[in-house]
Amino acid sequence: MENVIEISGLKKSFNGMPILRNINLTVKKGENVVILGKSGEGKSVTIKCISGLLLQDEGTLRVFGEEVKDLDRIALKKLRRRIGFLFQSSALYDSMTVRQNLAFPLKRVAEIKDKAEIERLSREVLESVGLTDAIDKMPSELSGGMRKRMGLARTLVVKPEIMLYDEPTTGLDTITSKEISNLILDMQRKYETSSVIITHDIPCARITADRVLIMSNGEYIAEGTCDELENSPDAFIRSFFK
Amino acid sequence: MSSKTALHSALLNIANQTLFFKSFVRNTWKKGFEWQEFSHQSYIIGYRSIGIIALTGFILGFVLTIQSEPTMKQFGAVGFIPGMVSVSVIREIGPVIVALICAGKISSSIGAELGSMNVTEQIDAMTVSGANPMQYLVVTRIISCIIMIPLLTIFADVIAMFGGFAATLLEGQMSAWLYFSKATAVLEFADIIPSFIKTILFGFAIGFIGCYKGFNSNRGTESVGLAANSAVVTASVWIIVIDAIVVQITNTFVYS
Repeated sequence: MENVIEISGLKKSFNGMPILRNINLTVKKGENVVILGKSGEGKSVTIKCISGLLLQDEGTLRVFGEEVKDLDRIALKKLRRRIGFLFQSSALYDSMTVRQNLAFPLKRVAEIKDKAEIERLSREVLESVGLTDAIDKMPSELSGGMRKRMGLARTLVVKPEIMLYDEPTTGLDTITSKEISNLILDMQRKYETSSVIITHDIPCARITADRVLIMSNGEYIAEGTCDELENSPDAFIRSFFK
Repeated sequence: MSSKTALHSALLNIANQTLFFKSFVRNTWKKGFEWQEFSHQSYIIGYRSIGIIALTGFILGFVLTIQSEPTMKQFGAVGFIPGMVSVSVIREIGPVIVALICAGKISSSIGAELGSMNVTEQIDAMTVSGANPMQYLVVTRIISCIIMIPLLTIFADVIAMFGGFAATLLEGQMSAWLYFSKATAVLEFADIIPSFIKTILFGFAIGFIGCYKGFNSNRGTESVGLAANSAVVTASVWIIVIDAIVVQITNTFVYS
């Protein structure tokens, strides 16, 4: 199966402080990769590099075979149309209603001008995440779980091929976390996306992951399925699953 | 902070503002101007400021007339009050007062709004989804300010004249026709045009500083307040400095 993301020897520092020391990662088409690690290890920095929000200092980072740091503005914009990013805070535009939040990427990213088509696609994606009734609400009227669902809907509405999730279940109760994790898996199957999921939530990793990577000191120190890593001889790796 | 660090920080700030300005100019002429957001911002910046600007303008003209009346009376020059009020309001007081009020109301609101969007990753979300936050958020707000601040100033100037007339009514000295004839008779293009140009620069300063501070705020929630506060202070300083420069240029090339 083809690789959609290929990262090799990735390094990134902030103010002289190395955050990513040597990241090597490949994600295959249709695969869900979960990255586990302590806070401040550079997990979010990795996916921000993948989306082109940050540029690496050293190493290669190819998405769909294209080196991200070599892309000009137009090429980067085209690439970003194929990548969805669910932010930790959901990043809903709070001056817009749910309908306008969905119309925003449809008009600008998918470049759909027909209002009826925008409405149809918006309702379709809202139905997928179970939020049809919220179409005229403002983000401030949504609960934490609904905001995550809405963030997911806004990202999926333009049908990206790669999904990047930055701690999708943070701040949610156990039941809602499980709902969101199952929703991520359902959406991955429905839209056939490849995903990189950053999380601290082990139940979320168990539900969503095809493969888990554990990050420590700016590099990946272990890789495998949840079961393999849980039974690792290394106590540090096992500690993530306790 | 050592003087070397302070100098480095100041130079870095100037460089960042220059790059931000360059990006604003490039994105202004780029295809796909956000007309809907521009009209929404013009509504917020212009229409929603009408109340406070009307009140300020009226009191400005009213107070200026009342304050100057005793002195003018001593010289038997009460008839000059309408002209004096209109010239001083249109040339200097109107544009500066309106701009300072808008720095407090608009620049801070833009700084806080964009700062909050930065903190909650909304700007990153726009970028990563292939939209252009500079074009959507910054260009629309700055252009709205450039257009709305001059219009608000003209409105305030007109209301100030009504304020001045209302003050003369207290003494019952002048008819409306006489007051407005005297107020407008002394005005020349040399009073109006430089003042109008000045308000365009004030509008740019208010929008640019608000957007720059908000767009470049740090990621903590505290930075939202700091961005709003810093936007007001910096925009106010810019207004005073621009005013001083424009007055000097006008005196040199227009009035001399």
